[in-house]
Amino acid sequence: MNASPTVAFDTLFGDYPLDSAYDEMRDASGVLRPPYQALAETLASLPADELQRRKQSADLSFLTQGITFTVYGREEGTERIFPYDMLPRLITAAEWNRIERGLTQRITALNLFLRDIYSDAKILADRVIPSELIYSCKHYRRQMRGLVVPRNVYVAVAGSDLLRLNNGEFVVLEDNLRVPSGVSYMLTNRRVMKRTFPQLFSSYGVKPIEHYPQLLLATLRALAPEGRPEPNIVLLTPGVFNSAYFEHTFLARQMGIELVEGRDLVTHDNIVYMRTTDGLKRVDVIYRRVDDDFSDPLVFRADSALGCAGLFNAYRAGNVTITNAFGTGLADDKAVYAYVPRMIKYYLDEDPILPNVETYLLSEEKDRRHVLQNLDKLVVKAVGESGGYGMLIGPHASKQKRDEFADAIRANPRNYIAQPTLDFSRAPCLFGDRLEPRHVDLRPYVLYGDKVQIVPGGLTRVALEKGSLVVNSSQGGGSKDTWVLE
Amino acid sequence: MLSRVADSLYWMSRYLERAENTARQLDVTMSLMLDTGGVSVASRWEHLVAALGKPTGLVRVEDSDQMTHNMVFDPLNPASIIYCLNGARENARQAREEISTEQWQRLNRLYHQIHSPNAQSQFEISVSDTLASVLDGIHLFQGVGGSTMIHGQGWQFIRLGRHLERAYATATLLEASVPDLASAQDRANSAYQYLDLVGILRGCTAFEAYCQVYTADVVPDQILEFLLLNHDFPHSIRYSVDNIRYAIEAIQRHGGRRAPELAAGVGKLHAMIEYSSIREILTGDAAAFLHTIREQCLRIHEHIYRNYVQYSIQSALTV
Repeated sequence: MNASPTVAFDTLFGDYPLDSAYDEMRDASGVLRPPYQALAETLASLPADELQRRKQSADLSFLTQGITFTVYGREEGTERIFPYDMLPRLITAAEWNRIERGLTQRITALNLFLRDIYSDAKILADRVIPSELIYSCKHYRRQMRGLVVPRNVYVAVAGSDLLRLNNGEFVVLEDNLRVPSGVSYMLTNRRVMKRTFPQLFSSYGVKPIEHYPQLLLATLRALAPEGRPEPNIVLLTPGVFNSAYFEHTFLARQMGIELVEGRDLVTHDNIVYMRTTDGLKRVDVIYRRVDDDFSDPLVFRADSALGCAGLFNAYRAGNVTITNAFGTGLADDKAVYAYVPRMIKYYLDEDPILPNVETYLLSEEKDRRHVLQNLDKLVVKAVGESGGYGMLIGPHASKQKRDEFADAIRANPRNYIAQPTLDFSRAPCLFGDRLEPRHVDLRPYVLYGDKVQIVPGGLTRVALEKGSLVVNSSQGGGSKDTWVLE
Repeated sequence: MLSRVADSLYWMSRYLERAENTARQLDVTMSLMLDTGGVSVASRWEHLVAALGKPTGLVRVEDSDQMTHNMVFDPLNPASIIYCLNGARENARQAREEISTEQWQRLNRLYHQIHSPNAQSQFEISVSDTLASVLDGIHLFQGVGGSTMIHGQGWQFIRLGRHLERAYATATLLEASVPDLASAQDRANSAYQYLDLVGILRGCTAFEAYCQVYTADVVPDQILEFLLLNHDFPHSIRYSVDNIRYAIEAIQRHGGRRAPELAAGVGKLHAMIEYSSIREILTGDAAAFLHTIREQCLRIHEHIYRNYVQYSIQSALTV
């Protein structure tokens, strides 16, 4: 076992550069990290064409299951298979423990923050966060003022993005508190991986994630309006042209709940019904996958046909739970993000377990000057965007692009933040019969109903292009299965 | 079941039935055109257009090859095979949760097959092969549906759509063929006339079934009797109307809203067929009788909409 694999190892690692970035598989001197030992041995022991065969069979399985997403900005509704790398990303029990505690702390503080902002706004009165930062946020919803949401849970489903830095520590890059997606890929990746590497999987002792839909359902049920012991729970989708439509159908099917569109819903006397062949059926909980803006044309964007008129009033009346609540985008605004550590301190009197990435607020004179001088070293992001849109990666951008951003920043500084270009970790990916390192992040899915629950792992997203730092599926990223070890 | 989803299943099914009908009528027309005994190509096309109910958007072009092509591939012609298959797939996509994966894959395959460049080249070589493979695909879809889909409300909406579309299409075909049937009565029994009559039967996949019941003695009155009143043949109007009735009963049994007007509408159509003899129909105005059937079908469609899909909130709240 000791001597023979080396030849195959050489083939596998033929051109596998190690530099300052943390490598998930090997330490700085090139030695395999202990958890990866068994994986590397298995890979090295397989004939090269066997790996290819398994890869093809996995691809086929995605194809026939129709696991696709839609890329915007190209032809209308271009459906693509979500690219998928066969090698699992491993996380040890100790690492996971820290992540879990960190995310639990974070979502607790963020929910307290939203509760506070939409009621007394003590945190603003105490000048921990500047008021104008909150009230200038485009995701702040004044309609939510004074509204009591069930169990004070504003964010029931979050998908925070974590990165691992050179020192091996995880940091939070952003909190996705509106309608985070990708969980269906986490679940289908696992299903395919179990079929692709059955022995390896069982020898590793991987913590299960398959019960996520059940936990999500329990979370939604826990948030039902009072007096509705058998709540009718539905998933509200924008429809077949949405990029995450596959995920909506997947989750609805896995939870055994109805997948509805805005046009299926009607409201009467502040009660929401869905139109069925059996007549109108009352709806108690809506797991909302439609953005705030499009949810109710009477309250938000009047030109939206995706929502349901009267939904918000029914919500205000407490006759229906809609989750995530409206206005949660306030707390994942990239400028508000910079204050999350201070929120944790303020509400919980604890130090953050998972640190933030250093963030420059461009509305601050001093920060702005520094950023404009160092645009070629920094990443600039529009505060209200997600999915990798509206972003400048300084070191990789052209001079012209940087100038465009500089102008945009000067015109509307509140709309941007800057962060150092992060040298985040890379994990081995299979290209042909070779391994090559690619940048990865980690998006665990956090549920908050009667308590916080996080399935171990999450979606590891991969920047499949060599050297690329962008992992978003809408920008050519792929994914990996994530194994949290016992 | 969500009204929108029921509506999608219903239309998916109607579109597939419509595609099947077009494929069959086109196939019969093409083969009749090979025998040039007295009937011009132009009037064959006229007859086809009439048999498909003269839908607006079906443009009659002079060039026969172009016309054939349009009936298969013109996405703007509402009777064309491609138009109907597009409609079926779009509706299936809306109801993806209700149909089985096998059904979805079948339909997807059929859809990609007609859209592939291969379909065009196959068509150039043999129109009838193209039509046969479309029919095969639709039959496979129906077979797979029968054995893999749960036979609940959704299934009944599929059944309802199929048989309503079929009853309407058969009535339309027969109404358009009444003059031919009448003239065949007068003419001496010629080989050409025989081909025409067999064409009507083949347009309903009924030739072999007819022969089993009446022998190969092809007589206009018997054709009408068979396609209108036969109890057991799946393309007879009576059979379809019975299925419409069963489907609606089953929908209500599965919890569907009570729909007295719909029941009355179906009852009326059923009674009209149940208590008419072929003698009465033939001595009266057969075309008018068939036309009434079509109107009843349209009314039933409206009632389905009013009761299950677009009912008013007030009506639903008071129940």
